[in-house]
Amino acid sequence: MDVTATTPIRTIRARTVVLAADDVDTDQIIPARFLTTTRRDGFGDALFADWRFDGEGQPRPGFALNDPQTRGAGVLVAGRNFGCGSSREHAAWALRDYGFRAVVAGSFADIFRNNALKNGLLPVAVPGDALAWLTAHPGVEVTIDLEATTLAAPGLAPAPFPVEPFARYRLLNGIDELGYLLSRSGAIDAYERSRGA
Amino acid sequence: MTPRTLFEKIWQAHEVVAETAETPAVLYVDLHLVHEVTTPQAFAELESRGLPVRRPDRTLGTLDHSTPTDAAELLGRIPIRDASAAAQVAALERNARAHGIELLGLGDGRRGIVHVIGPELGRTQPGMTIVCGDSHTSTHGAFGTLAFGIGTTEVGHVLATQCLLQRKPRCLAVTIGGRLQAGVGSKDLVLAIVGRLGVGGGTGHVIEYRGEGIRALSMEERMTVCNMSIEAGARAGMIAPDATTFAYLQGRPGAPAGEDWEHAVERWQALPGDAGAAFDGEVSLDAAAVEPMISYGTNPGMVTAVGGSIPEAGDAAFMKALRYMGFEPGERLAGKRVDLVFIGSCTNSRLSDLQAAAAVLRGRKLARGVRMLVVPGSQQVKRAAEAEGLDRVFLAAGAEWRESGCSMCIGMNGDVAASGQYVVSTSNRNFEGRQGAGSRTLLAGPATAAAAAVTGRVTDPRELAA
Ligand code: SF4
Repeated sequence: MDVTATTPIRTIRARTVVLAADDVDTDQIIPARFLTTTRRDGFGDALFADWRFDGEGQPRPGFALNDPQTRGAGVLVAGRNFGCGSSREHAAWALRDYGFRAVVAGSFADIFRNNALKNGLLPVAVPGDALAWLTAHPGVEVTIDLEATTLAAPGLAPAPFPVEPFARYRLLNGIDELGYLLSRSGAIDAYERSRGA
Repeated sequence: MTPRTLFEKIWQAHEVVAETAETPAVLYVDLHLVHEVTTPQAFAELESRGLPVRRPDRTLGTLDHSTPTDAAELLGRIPIRDASAAAQVAALERNARAHGIELLGLGDGRRGIVHVIGPELGRTQPGMTIVCGDSHTSTHGAFGTLAFGIGTTEVGHVLATQCLLQRKPRCLAVTIGGRLQAGVGSKDLVLAIVGRLGVGGGTGHVIEYRGEGIRALSMEERMTVCNMSIEAGARAGMIAPDATTFAYLQGRPGAPAGEDWEHAVERWQALPGDAGAAFDGEVSLDAAAVEPMISYGTNPGMVTAVGGSIPEAGDAAFMKALRYMGFEPGERLAGKRVDLVFIGSCTNSRLSDLQAAAAVLRGRKLARGVRMLVVPGSQQVKRAAEAEGLDRVFLAAGAEWRESGCSMCIGMNGDVAASGQYVVSTSNRNFEGRQGAGSRTLLAGPATAAAAAVTGRVTDPRELAA
């Protein structure tokens, strides 16, 4: 699977799966015992491991991702403060690897939002009424338009969501962020010289 | 000139390129701390692009997260049992060597948890920007630094350019009036702060802690407070440097010496915020009213006094958390069964934390059936504790005395609790399964944790005070 942030993203059209929970922390998204690896792929099987599987590794009935109807859903809908806790980028990798292309939530924790944007996973923070509607309509097909920065669905008027302007430009145009930083090397040299650093 | 906060002064001094409406700032990083878990993919990215590390001299590595705390494994008498952890350790050793980065390796007497060693070695200094692929980098803010956690992609950015693309966060003042009562520690204070702000309350902000209640704290206590800023959602916490800060740093190996020291202190004295500098928000709390605290739920905002009760009612998330914990609304915390006690983590594993726990344990035994792990934050802390005989206090009580590392804070190295067990832990996160799948964590300070070990029950440590 391609997890580079350099593939341009314009619109995401996909079905949702709803996880109606606030404060979903990165320890739930990907438990720490799966972090002893030196790779950045293959985390999809461990996504929400302790919510998805019981102690014997059997799927827990009732957990949204275990419902066969949600298979192939590309957008995860959750509550407020999604991705709080640890800085592990593995959380964004796991969501991407599982097949999610966007997470829709009431709000996001800062580090998770950054990590998601660097991995082509769109964090979409929508107003409360839109989130309530999406939570009440699991499985609906949504259209996330990054150019217009709106999320819409049949029966839901386009809801605006904020995206940091540079992240939006970068994703729309497939700009490589490290390449951009490296292009500022002259300014970094000058800064170091001026500080005697 | 407009009065500036501590945060603004540091931010402005590190802008290589200022932010605009279209582009974030290019922010210079003075010190980049690296550990084995969040770096291998970043080094691989550099390698695939043929990029060197720009400033190996501004990069310091340690092994802590997935590293064993068992002496035999750690000191090479037997191989590291977990092959994938061993591979992570080997990867950082290889990457550090290839790029000329100083690494405090497995046998190094200075090795320890990344947020314990930075200050201890004097590498963390006022006015710096410090980053690490770890959310508790906020700890270093106790020295008047801007220190925050980053993801692995950003670790790669810093390795390659010594810079990050950042939007300027807002700044929240948390003003602590009064002083802590005897028998109440800085962990209790920060649990009260997180309880007040909630786990998302600081999102988008840097917190500056100030006021008499903060000034009165030692550096180790200040680190405990700044450490948990991220549990309120704030990426960084900061405290203005003062005489306490300078006294801590003077003479440490990484700190300036001689004339350089005088110049450094002069610079550092200009860092505290100007009178009248504006914050984006302010929250106040009275330190004198803080009691020993403990968490009862599955996020660090779900806290109450050890002598208090779980709230009578809450929303669906509250009920779900209580079901996970096996608690009922309105129940008292004191007297709850405890299976395991963990003293350690970058929140509470420094010498003063071990002293506080030992003071409760001295001359006492663990309650029947209780297991207790004491994991010093660094090898230096371990030696200092042993020099005072603290190890003998712990061992005599029946606790395990380990080599330094993250250990049961994150449970990556095999130090975990069993499903359903209750752990009173001095670490910083009580998320579901944080200390092992199905484990139930109650966050508390070292004295409360030690009291629970002695009685096998949640206990106000002041009841055991001699
Ligand atoms: S002790 Fe815990 S919180 Fe601190 S750096 Fe290690 S794993 Fe993270």
